[in-house]
Amino acid sequence: MTFDMSQFLATFYEESFEGLDIMETELLALDVGEADLETINTIFRAAHSIKGGSGTFGLNDVANFTHVMETLLDEMRDGKREVTQNAVNILLESVDVLREMLSALQAEEELDNERITTVKKKLDDLLAGTSSEGTSSEGTPVASTEKAEADTDTGSGWKIYFKPDEDMLQTGNDPVRMFRELAALGELNSVVDSSHLPEFPLIEPENSYLEWDLTLTGNIKKSDIEEVFEWVEDGCELTITPIASDIVTENNAVPASSAVSEKTSAKKSPAKRKASTETSSIRVSIDKVDELINMVGELVITQSMLSQLGEEENFGENQIEKLKSGLMQLERNTREMQENVMRIRMLPISFVFQRFPRLVHDLSDKLDKKIELVLSGESTELDKTVMEKIGDPLVHLIRNSLDHGIETPDVRIAAGKPETGEIHLNAYHEGGNIVIEITDDGAGLNLEKILTKAKGSGLVGENDKLSDEDIADLIFQPGFSTADVVSDVSGRGVGMDVVRRNIRALGGTVDVKTTTGQGSVFTIRLPLTLAILDGQSVVVGEEVYIVPLVAIIESVQVDVSLVNGITGQAEVYRLRNEYIPIVKLHEVFNINPLHADMKDGLLVVVEAEGKKVALLVDDLLGQQQVVIKSLETNFKSIEGISGATILGDGTVALILDVTGLISISKKNASKVKKLTVAA
Amino acid sequence: MALTEQNVPAGDNNSQMDHSIVGAELDENTQQFLTFILAGEEYGVDILRVQEIKGWDAVTQVPNTPEYVRGVINLRGTIVPIIDLRIRFSMEQLEYGPTTVVIVLKVISGGDNSRIMGIVVDGVSDVYNVKNEEVNAAPDFGDGVDSSFVKGLATVDEKMVIILDIDHMLNSNELATVNKAVDDGE
Repeated sequence: MTFDMSQFLATFYEESFEGLDIMETELLALDVGEADLETINTIFRAAHSIKGGSGTFGLNDVANFTHVMETLLDEMRDGKREVTQNAVNILLESVDVLREMLSALQAEEELDNERITTVKKKLDDLLAGTSSEGTSSEGTPVASTEKAEADTDTGSGWKIYFKPDEDMLQTGNDPVRMFRELAALGELNSVVDSSHLPEFPLIEPENSYLEWDLTLTGNIKKSDIEEVFEWVEDGCELTITPIASDIVTENNAVPASSAVSEKTSAKKSPAKRKASTETSSIRVSIDKVDELINMVGELVITQSMLSQLGEEENFGENQIEKLKSGLMQLERNTREMQENVMRIRMLPISFVFQRFPRLVHDLSDKLDKKIELVLSGESTELDKTVMEKIGDPLVHLIRNSLDHGIETPDVRIAAGKPETGEIHLNAYHEGGNIVIEITDDGAGLNLEKILTKAKGSGLVGENDKLSDEDIADLIFQPGFSTADVVSDVSGRGVGMDVVRRNIRALGGTVDVKTTTGQGSVFTIRLPLTLAILDGQSVVVGEEVYIVPLVAIIESVQVDVSLVNGITGQAEVYRLRNEYIPIVKLHEVFNINPLHADMKDGLLVVVEAEGKKVALLVDDLLGQQQVVIKSLETNFKSIEGISGATILGDGTVALILDVTGLISISKKNASKVKKLTVAA
Repeated sequence: MALTEQNVPAGDNNSQMDHSIVGAELDENTQQFLTFILAGEEYGVDILRVQEIKGWDAVTQVPNTPEYVRGVINLRGTIVPIIDLRIRFSMEQLEYGPTTVVIVLKVISGGDNSRIMGIVVDGVSDVYNVKNEEVNAAPDFGDGVDSSFVKGLATVDEKMVIILDIDHMLNSNELATVNKAVDDGE
């Protein structure tokens, strides 16, 4: 029972959080003064279902709280109350409190009663401003549980299931007599089950084949009933249950057991509880599921076609043709199905975006800036795991744009810009990546200031010449901040490096382009999914490695005349007008190459974090999609290797981590340098 | 050094108690060991940790790992590292033959984490029931011999079986997971 409840509870929480999100979005969209009735209605409906649901689950704190909100909204809906900025703000605050309450309840933690009371008081005060009818009906959701207890004592009696053993009659006991005795105790209803009665010729007249369901109503002691059956106890199956029990216990059990389980589990470590709430679910649109079912149908058809082919006796050339086309179909089905299954994990990025209007609303108030947030590409889909991890970096970048990017209104007017600044959040697909852009029309990065700071803190040497892009990129260095005043919004210098590290951990990149006086653009590039990768198989020595296709710019045959040594240690390759450092994979990995001579090898030019290197490999094989498997599950992470995959023949191939390889080759180069210095 | 010596038998008893509960068909004081041969010596591992035994097959080498890590294999969709015990114990290397097998073991690496790893040995030998009291603590071999992987010595049919502490052996040094390095004890 409790288990079932908890299942519904999970759905309730999920729906409530969604409802809260809706309320928040709509509240922000609400125009103060001339409120749109439909908008208020939407908010009201969301509040109403949260109230209803929480009442059902006995979450009375939530129900009472929502009730006040609901009353307020109801009055707004009926036009009895004006929609003021104050009211909207209090309602927004209430949404926050509700969210906190619900997450606390979900994690089975203590509620922050102080905060709840404060905000509830604000709501009550607001409500009391015109009418005071709202508080009267508090506690409505509790009523239903009390009613149940009331009829505990009425109509009590016993349910008796009686099945005599076959030979009971032979011991001289007669059920008819026993029933007569029972009837003397109270009102008796008997239902006979004769389903075990054998065919007429097989009946042994001295055997009993019947069983009875008896209902005995009246105020009767159980011991009296037991007395009736005293003589046959060992010769029958007998259960005696109180009639009302299943009704009474059920009604009592709901509030009681859930209350108890809440109390007992509240004592458990909250950390453990949290882990369980994280095994979340996703909602998949029915279209996607239908598509998948279609796909499986096709797969079944292909399968039956192939197995029919396999059963044919004369397997000739004709059949081989058929087999080939069947296999091709199978391949297509598999690929489509893979794509579709992947798509189930994909959710529109609006799940992340929808929290930003609120953030911008609150922060711009705090910073006395006028800022408008424009969202686009919200329906762009990406993997759920990627989405969960991209939220925090995005929040940071947006805060950053708000705080450092957009200027205060007077500065903007002085600079000839519109008073209201604009932050544009955009998402779109590009190749196998999702690109998220955060564009602001603020002041842009102050490159001079960044350079001075960087020189001051020793990040950059006094005489280093840096391009504008290199300077802008410095903001991603650990511990770097140009804010003169550390505000509580940003400026502590922790952050941008964390942003970059988090995004890198997802296999993505982040960079910034800026124009002084006109604003900056932060561009985040992320892989759509973390489970599958387009790879290029390369051969080094006797092993096959996979290079992520996104990292590859081009592959060239080695023209020895273009290979130049630098101080006899490092080598660079001149590709058109660029000098690209060569990383010899067999040297990095300490394995024997197939070709001792470089001219027989191939160079794969890869790029990571804006740096290009040329990987020397022995041969190129095909391109394929590979499923990423972790090396760490049973082993550990290896520098330069991001994971492993299983090839078509069942062997394992390692996936190269281009960023890691670049840093290894740098390390090796510096080792060489040190040695030469020492010598 | 003296401290470690005393700790070995104590830890031994505990783990045996645990396993005998799992292996219900045995009485409390008996444990089953799978033994294998390595350079003529017989080694035993707790049979409940053995996932499977398979023939030697080609592995994919993993660069920049110690020599005893032969590489990784695909074991029904998971990537499993393969450790050559001869190299691990600094024994003379032997060409892999028809009896060379990989014993796939479940290794507990701190807390609830477990890893699946394979060890290459010369050949599997037998399964023995060994009473707890028949397992002797490993004596101090002196500095020349690495005894930290030895859980104890048992005598079966007048032969000596070296009981290995696989959790220690397969979690130490370069095999340690990055965040919780297990001290080698040496």
